[in-house]
Amino acid sequence: MAISEVTVRDAELLAIEEINAAGGVLGKKLEPVVEDGASDWPTFAEKATKLIAQDKVATVFGGWTSASRKAMLPVFEKRKALLWYPVQYEGLESSPYIFYTGATTNQQIVPGLDYLKEQGKKKLFLVGSDYVFPRTANKIIKAYAAANGMEVLGEEYTPLGHTEYSTLVNKVVEAKPDAVFNTLNGDSNVAFFKQLKSAGIGADKMPVMSVSVAEEEVKGIGIDNVAGHLVAWNYYQTTETPENEKFVAAFKAKYGADKVTSDPMEAGYNAVHLWAEAVKKAGSTDVEAVKKAAGGVSLDRPEGKVTIDGENQHVYKTARIGVIQPDGQIKEVWNSGEPIKPDPYLKTYAWAGGLV
Amino acid sequence: MTALPVSRRVLSGRWQGPAAFTAVAVLALVVAPLLLEPFRLGLLAKYLCYAIVALGIGLAWGQGGMLTLGQGVFFGLGGYAMGMYLKLNDAGGDLPDFMVWSGVEKLPALWKPFGNPVFALAMVVVLPVAVALLLGVLVFRQRVRGAYFAILTQALAAALVILLVGQQGLTGGTNGLTNFFDFFGRDVAADETQRGLYLLVAVVLGALYLGARQLVRSRFGRLLLAVRDGEDRVRFLGYDPATVKTLTFAVSAGMAGIAGALFVPVVGIISPALLGVVPSLELVVAVAVGGRFALAGAVLGAVVMGYARTYFSEELPDAWLYLQGALFVLVMTLAPKGIAGLAAAVVRRREARA
Repeated sequence: MAISEVTVRDAELLAIEEINAAGGVLGKKLEPVVEDGASDWPTFAEKATKLIAQDKVATVFGGWTSASRKAMLPVFEKRKALLWYPVQYEGLESSPYIFYTGATTNQQIVPGLDYLKEQGKKKLFLVGSDYVFPRTANKIIKAYAAANGMEVLGEEYTPLGHTEYSTLVNKVVEAKPDAVFNTLNGDSNVAFFKQLKSAGIGADKMPVMSVSVAEEEVKGIGIDNVAGHLVAWNYYQTTETPENEKFVAAFKAKYGADKVTSDPMEAGYNAVHLWAEAVKKAGSTDVEAVKKAAGGVSLDRPEGKVTIDGENQHVYKTARIGVIQPDGQIKEVWNSGEPIKPDPYLKTYAWAGGLV
Repeated sequence: MTALPVSRRVLSGRWQGPAAFTAVAVLALVVAPLLLEPFRLGLLAKYLCYAIVALGIGLAWGQGGMLTLGQGVFFGLGGYAMGMYLKLNDAGGDLPDFMVWSGVEKLPALWKPFGNPVFALAMVVVLPVAVALLLGVLVFRQRVRGAYFAILTQALAAALVILLVGQQGLTGGTNGLTNFFDFFGRDVAADETQRGLYLLVAVVLGALYLGARQLVRSRFGRLLLAVRDGEDRVRFLGYDPATVKTLTFAVSAGMAGIAGALFVPVVGIISPALLGVVPSLELVVAVAVGGRFALAGAVLGAVVMGYARTYFSEELPDAWLYLQGALFVLVMTLAPKGIAGLAAAVVRRREARA
């Protein structure tokens, strides 16, 4: 398991522990079975099959990249089992056997663009890893830009795991955008931000808006390289809610005081509690009954109120824009005020008409 | 002690006796489907797909001395040919799902012929063989060999992955092709279909094994061994080593293509991650572990490594990659000729004592 995925698993195990401590679900304790997808899509499908067919689990929490979810989707649909997917993703999907507890595009990317527009950033440069999330995200960004009088000066992709960014950073610097929209994944961010810093470009001159950099990644990139830049998520460790205070304290008590919490972790942690709530409402762990009961289930979570949309099985989430601080934490500078209704196909956005 | 002669033959690594082959065939075709749950049988089918690729590597590397680090390329060509047909068949005249969300509006010309099952199945073999022949002609004629050839095949695997990932609308990008429903009129996910597919994979592997064994024992096979051990001498004798190597390489590529095509309905996905440098290397490692000088060793290695991967990852999700590596290091230090070589050595020692 990659580092980021381990933290999500830990958060999910914490949720299971909490539910068991409170007496379990329907009088039964939850028993976790952990499998490793090894960042390899077919392995995700294999392990999902094993969990359903052999371990006969009630539900599965997991998945990381979009490719891992796409590989598991047929397994869950054909075996009529449930998957809870905890990561923000590119939308354009709504499987009847998947619940999406991370953000879809209108809860992360669109608010990120709204924020840049509000700040008067008119010229954007798009940088991303070469896979489905960045490519789809950039398609959406270009449509948004065209409809909102913004200009996309360039769009560059690098292979996953790429770490040589001098050429790319030169291109970005020469184009002189007002801001960069960054959908790079994992370690590539380390190299990209380092290179950007050594080119003398700070967040004051050209802020980078990232959608895959959270507290966990900030540590890896090096705070010096990334402080001052922008991120778009639905949750930060600093989010001020009573539930978050409890979550952060419980996580540190269980896994160590030096640990941070991040958006995907919180979404995984929520998923377990949302499922338990739906099971209680349904009075059964039967998949169809849980699906039926899940619509409208609403809980106060660390990020604020989350409610399951019964129609597309996504979750209402509050969008939050943050600035990375010199201590590695993220300070919220803007939020949407209320949870945004999930719209994975962007049907309610006129400018997105040509996308799907 | 009556069982000794059979076990000796098995252990000798030469698998000469039809008895040993029959025993394994009965085990694979009768015992395994009876004993294993559908999920485990599906996994075994996957290992056997890899075993077909390993057989090809055993032929090219073990017998022919061509260290090919890019068999994933041929596996992928076969897999994508099959995947494209299945996708088009499922779409039934519409666009495949991933093209819709990648913004492709019209079926690309490259895809059109793959709607025809006969064409797609032919391409499963034709594409890998054609690429291997082309590469062989270009490379072996120039007397490129050894590490240079290995690096070249590896670069090819890396290049193909970049190509596939970059052309999302055409290839499904990193996601690859997945979510198949119909396999020649059957529900691909049904237990019955999967059982049938397992038997098909096992029979294909058996047939290819017998074919490869025949090839190795023929005059051509001896020539191949001679090329491996002394290419220049073979040339001085008036034979053309380049032709021998090119043909063998093409045969091993064809096997990988067939394996890829079988893998797609068995596992339900083909993606760039399955055919890049790492999976290609893993297969070579498996062949080394099994014993590259015996064709049966290559097959055994793929099954053992596949099983080890599943077992370790289920029992120790946190440490399994280390264990997989440790297994390789252990086998290579204790038995450089792999499991088959170790078994042969044991038999030799026993015979010497007797």
